[in-house]
Amino acid sequence: MTGAIWNLLLALAWVVLSGDFTGINLMVGLVFGYIALVLIEPQVESLQGYPARIPRILRFIGFFIKELLLANLKVAFDILTPPWHMKPGVIAMPLEARTELEITMVANLISLTPGTLSLDVSDDRKVLYIHAMFLDDEEELRHNLKEMEYRALELFR
Amino acid sequence: MIEFIKGTFIIAGALLMLLASLGILRLPDLLTRMHATTKAAALGVILIMLAVAMHFAEVGVTARAVAIIIFILMTAPVAAHVIGRAGYFVGSKLWSGTVKDELRPNYDPLTHELKSGRETEANARREPKESDPS
Repeated sequence: MTGAIWNLLLALAWVVLSGDFTGINLMVGLVFGYIALVLIEPQVESLQGYPARIPRILRFIGFFIKELLLANLKVAFDILTPPWHMKPGVIAMPLEARTELEITMVANLISLTPGTLSLDVSDDRKVLYIHAMFLDDEEELRHNLKEMEYRALELFR
Repeated sequence: MIEFIKGTFIIAGALLMLLASLGILRLPDLLTRMHATTKAAALGVILIMLAVAMHFAEVGVTARAVAIIIFILMTAPVAAHVIGRAGYFVGSKLWSGTVKDELRPNYDPLTHELKSGRETEANARREPKESDPS
């Protein structure tokens, strides 16, 4: 968190000092601020872990967009062709996430990827019930969901 | 080049919206319909907003487009979850082709208690709640 604030402050300083108040220049400032933070990270304790987090977030966004597009195509194909290829069903996924925020994030991400919709969390918060549209290969689906959860949790921990 | 990207985004977004509405008409039950409406429509809005931001290329418009995308990403899954959950527990029928339902056996319609199927001795006992029928 401190890292993000410092990065933003450095970017603002860059914008003010270079006198060019545009979004692109702010981006440039963010990049330079990030580089500066990477360079001083070994000496400043409160910055620990911040530089490693940014590439992780970017990778996660890339991964998420890929999943989103692929799954959307699959659903689209099934809607447009007359016979139903889908095998919908409700499955229980054991949750690694513990806190409320983590569970909310994981459930929302699962809802956002087409083909899966989170229905409910069990009362003891150990299992997330998910409605899935394509249960042809349950093992693979469970594996994908686990990977998504793992990557999402990595961002918080 | 940028014209081409903008056009592709807008057409793809509109097609996704069309697909979502077709999905509402064609899909057989509430939960599968929620699938079509939330995801395809959300992605459609996102693509159109990206195209808008590219077309105007102004800070104000871009900021608003990004805000719209963030709000859609925040609200769409929550709405889908709430509608789907309510529909399921009120008892809307699942499609006859549904292959599996791991929720039904763990749900108690009287107490609205939802078990996980992996209770331990320690948390198997439940504190009575005010909402329980007496």
